[in-house]
Amino acid sequence: MTAIASLRPRRGRNVELLLLLFAAAIVTLAYCNVEIAVHDTLPPDLLYGVAGLLGIALTFHVVLRWRAPYADPILLPVATLLNGLGLVMIHRLDLAHDRTFAGGLALKQLTWTALGVAIALGVLIMLRDHRVLRRYTFVAALTGFVLLLLPLVPGIRHPVLGAQIWIKLGPFTFQPGEVAKIVLTIFFASYLVRTRDALSVAGRKLLGLTLPRARDLGPIMVAWLLSIGVLVFENDLGTSLLFFGLFVAMLYVATERVSWIAIGMLLFSAGAYAAFLLFGHVQTRVLLWLHTFSPEALQRSDQLAKGLMGMASGGMFGTGLGRGRPDITYFAESDFIIPSFGEEIGLIGLMAMLLLYAILVERGLRTAIGVRDGFGKLLATGLSFSVALQCFVVVGGVTRVIPLTGLTMPFLSAGGSSLLANWTLVALLLRISDQARRPMPDVVAPRPRSSEDTQVVRVR
Amino acid sequence: MGELTVTLMRLGLLALLWLFVFSVVGVLRGDLYGTRVLRRPTTQPPTQPAAATTAPPRKLSRSEQRAQAKATKADARVPTHLVVTEGPLAGTTLPLRESGTLIGRNPEASLVLDDDYASGRHVRLHRDAKGWVAEDLGSTNGTYLDGMKLTTPSPVEVGSQLRIGKTVVELRR
Repeated sequence: MTAIASLRPRRGRNVELLLLLFAAAIVTLAYCNVEIAVHDTLPPDLLYGVAGLLGIALTFHVVLRWRAPYADPILLPVATLLNGLGLVMIHRLDLAHDRTFAGGLALKQLTWTALGVAIALGVLIMLRDHRVLRRYTFVAALTGFVLLLLPLVPGIRHPVLGAQIWIKLGPFTFQPGEVAKIVLTIFFASYLVRTRDALSVAGRKLLGLTLPRARDLGPIMVAWLLSIGVLVFENDLGTSLLFFGLFVAMLYVATERVSWIAIGMLLFSAGAYAAFLLFGHVQTRVLLWLHTFSPEALQRSDQLAKGLMGMASGGMFGTGLGRGRPDITYFAESDFIIPSFGEEIGLIGLMAMLLLYAILVERGLRTAIGVRDGFGKLLATGLSFSVALQCFVVVGGVTRVIPLTGLTMPFLSAGGSSLLANWTLVALLLRISDQARRPMPDVVAPRPRSSEDTQVVRVR
Repeated sequence: MGELTVTLMRLGLLALLWLFVFSVVGVLRGDLYGTRVLRRPTTQPPTQPAAATTAPPRKLSRSEQRAQAKATKADARVPTHLVVTEGPLAGTTLPLRESGTLIGRNPEASLVLDDDYASGRHVRLHRDAKGWVAEDLGSTNGTYLDGMKLTTPSPVEVGSQLRIGKTVVELRR
């Protein structure tokens, strides 16, 4: 048997500041590297890009000192570094495509970063306690499902290369799935924290697995139908896998029953196989995945093959930033940003970046362990698991572990909706970690009732 | 600028990236927080030496006894710790704090119980002039101090047992 004592955490705000400056230094070096490799001189607009990113990160840091002094010191520097490296790679691809800084995607990405951080800071300032979100259980559910189905609404739908995960409002395109990810995580967390007792009631035992009762299968069936619907109608395996995986993982964390994972995997495999048999576009994806270099596949799309070739030519150390040809691949700055990095900074650099993602996820899960309320635990787990699963879907897609899908790499890929959603996700994790690491509040001692004087109370 | 500069820069970038990863891991190492798992003091009475020979290392239990002997000399009746002896959280200890220790299901409580029969704010322990006092905060199922239902704030001492729902907590030095 063990006993438990509590440790007082360090705030770590100064460490965070140092790591932020370190991250900015790395981004500056990468930026100089690109410019020298391409133009042979130091960039004239170096100040704008780096100063912009550093200014955004320092603002975030100051708000953390003000509003969440105990928040995790690692999350912000890691997110800033990933975002900055993404900016450098997007700028590098701008150069390859002869786009100026003012008219390129990098400036757009920097603007979206500023907007994303502004929204995240708004969340951090307005939301003093994450438990407030529990009040909006079914509002969150409705918002999430509407966002998920929005790309199917005629008038605003905007199919890109077959995948219907975009909406178009005037000049702006947006991926509502990214925001739905956060909103649905809030819903799953507050729904499961309420119902987990019923869901973890054991039913029959079969092959060493304790199966749940048949009547408790309702929620998982709804989530399954929804994710299969996304797969079939929006032609997006990535989003479908992300939401169903998120739900199953949170169900497992809430109930501690391995049988939910078994049921979930079985349902998803069955659904995906049926979709493969029934729909042509799913068959195309599988063909591109399994027989990437076959003539039939190359005829349809050589994107995946080019990405793989790029990574192969990068090898261990990479060609060096600005020295490879990642621009040959389509969507090298969004869906295929991982092969772009693989080509230019090599396996060694790419592994460091993947490790940064692992650290990000680990800090989220650590927060979930540290926080004392069930809702916070589930929410932090869900948010960090969604980042992990999204990285798996993207990196697995470009390295042919799973079929390629249209998800974005958090913080790295060019794309406004992804940046907005992921900065808000980090803000929520920071808010929860502030609660988790804050020393226990001293209970305000009310006067004992018995010691109060007897009073005459006027009753109308 | 020459090829050498570019090569140095790209290798420097890789080195810095990994240095960043390692410094983050270094920060993580110094950033332990939350709960620490301690070895639970062995509560075996010293009258059973036969059983003790097979159980935990002797050195530890002896130092334990010395500590206990020291404790009896001092003010032995004033508790400093709370130990959960029964219920889902059995084994948890936490120090009593002068400002008061709240027990209940509310996440704000010092001891957050995972017990369906406990109220959100169930019972509070606080210090007054004579010693520690337990006060029921109007809980639904009541608090029992050594088997008696707690109706008014009552003094507690070392060895007092409080039953809250399915949880039993004991006061220790």
